[in-house]
Amino acid sequence: MNAHPAGRWMRRAGSLAICLIAWQMASVLRLDLGIVTFRNVPPPVDVAAAALDFLRSPRLYDHLASSLRRVLAGYGIAAVAGVALGLVIGRSRWLADFLQAPLELLRPIPAVAWIPLAVLMFPSSEWSMIFITFTGALFPILINTVHGVENVDPRLIASARSLGSTRTAMLLEVILPGAAPNIVTGLVIGMGTSWFCLVTAEMISGQFGIGYYTWESYTLQNYPEIIVGMILIGLLGMGSSALLRVAGTALLPWHAKEGR
Amino acid sequence: MMNSHDPNLHALTGRIKARNVSIRLGHGSSAFEAVSDVSFEVSPGEFVCLLGPSGCGKSTLLGALAGHIAPAAGTLAVDGDVVKGPGPERGIVFQHHTLFPWKSARDNVAFGLKMRGVARGERRREAERILELVGLDGFFDRYPRQLSGGMQQRVEIARVLVNKPRLLLMDEPFGALDALTRLRMQELLLDIWEQFRKTIVFVTHDIDEALLLADRIIVMKAQPGRIHEEIRVPFERPRGTDIMASADFVRLKQHCLHLLHSDRRADTLTRLSPLG
Repeated sequence: MNAHPAGRWMRRAGSLAICLIAWQMASVLRLDLGIVTFRNVPPPVDVAAAALDFLRSPRLYDHLASSLRRVLAGYGIAAVAGVALGLVIGRSRWLADFLQAPLELLRPIPAVAWIPLAVLMFPSSEWSMIFITFTGALFPILINTVHGVENVDPRLIASARSLGSTRTAMLLEVILPGAAPNIVTGLVIGMGTSWFCLVTAEMISGQFGIGYYTWESYTLQNYPEIIVGMILIGLLGMGSSALLRVAGTALLPWHAKEGR
Repeated sequence: MMNSHDPNLHALTGRIKARNVSIRLGHGSSAFEAVSDVSFEVSPGEFVCLLGPSGCGKSTLLGALAGHIAPAAGTLAVDGDVVKGPGPERGIVFQHHTLFPWKSARDNVAFGLKMRGVARGERRREAERILELVGLDGFFDRYPRQLSGGMQQRVEIARVLVNKPRLLLMDEPFGALDALTRLRMQELLLDIWEQFRKTIVFVTHDIDEALLLADRIIVMKAQPGRIHEEIRVPFERPRGTDIMASADFVRLKQHCLHLLHSDRRADTLTRLSPLG
């Protein structure tokens, strides 16, 4: 923590450079370590060339737009449902008891396992993919919201009641801001998992999307493109999480100003 | 609103009657009687301190007056109305950390007014007026974490005063402050009380504090919590901290010490309050 900021950035860039050089050498030398082999792994230089091609291609927009649309829809629904459900579960013991069994049962089921049923349930493949994205984002958001609501200081609730708080004000002005830091954490984690699940869903069905592009590249043996797809997924997930974190900090000024 | 400075008008409200109040805390096998068969009265405008060792039920009794805890037996009434739940006419100030961290000092104070449907402009003005009264001119936009402990307690007091309560209930409000800040806050509270003459019930385990502030001290003892003795505090008002060196003060303090020491067993009981 005492390091100079410029020094820290240098270190980060340096580690990235070392990884790239090691990768380049491994694939150029066709390194074969027995269990893992780099013989079919394209070197970063080829990947960069493929990435440049893809960036110039008109299909880039279609792939990106399809993926972003699905994530926005699935994640958006999950965010609204997760926060709303989390607030009521955190506030009502009755609802918590009522919903606990089905939610605990559904929670550990991974997105991949949902795919066959989603295809059967949703006639439109677009909606089945949105649904998969939704299942991925819902639980982190829901669980963090419930956790946040349960952790609101009971003395704050007691003071609010003593100050004549209405039920609506209790929820919107005490419980919601009290749980907000946990909700933001849930939203950031949920964003990551929803990308994760989207790509899984796109590999099974669809004609556009970054996940589809990655899988298509494999079947067409365009190996550098596989890695372009992977990097794009990583960047999109990282970027959207970072965006949420910035938004969270802006929305929770009392948190940021803590240290004065 | 016009009459907020008329002591006579306020002196008519804030009468407390406690009749054979018993309070049980905890559930099932761990339940115990925290307050046992307590009866007392407080006159309108009176400043009463509940003094006692930890575990004597003084905070629990205050929580019941606020309406956060229901008595198992007996009745608690304020101005003839039985206490049924929390409400803005019985404002409570805790030891620390009950300001809304996400609201500025002004919005914390304005919260009660907002709940009553007072328009935004008016509640801002009123909140600022009360904050100035407690000496927080210029700190309206600070979040609680940007304020010192003493300043936070000033906001707490302002937040309760803005509701024009009949009762001010204070649960060791200055217990977490350093000695000098505590003295200053005690003087501020006396000053506010002289102006508004609200009934105040003030919980403390600090004998000096009780003697400096109260008209009357209700000394409690533990296991189960009950009233040990009531002491009238004869010092003239307005009081300053200079009385603490007087012979009468020292004599009363010795008496209180004697009362608290006769209740040594209480030290073994941990502090238990459902509100923390």
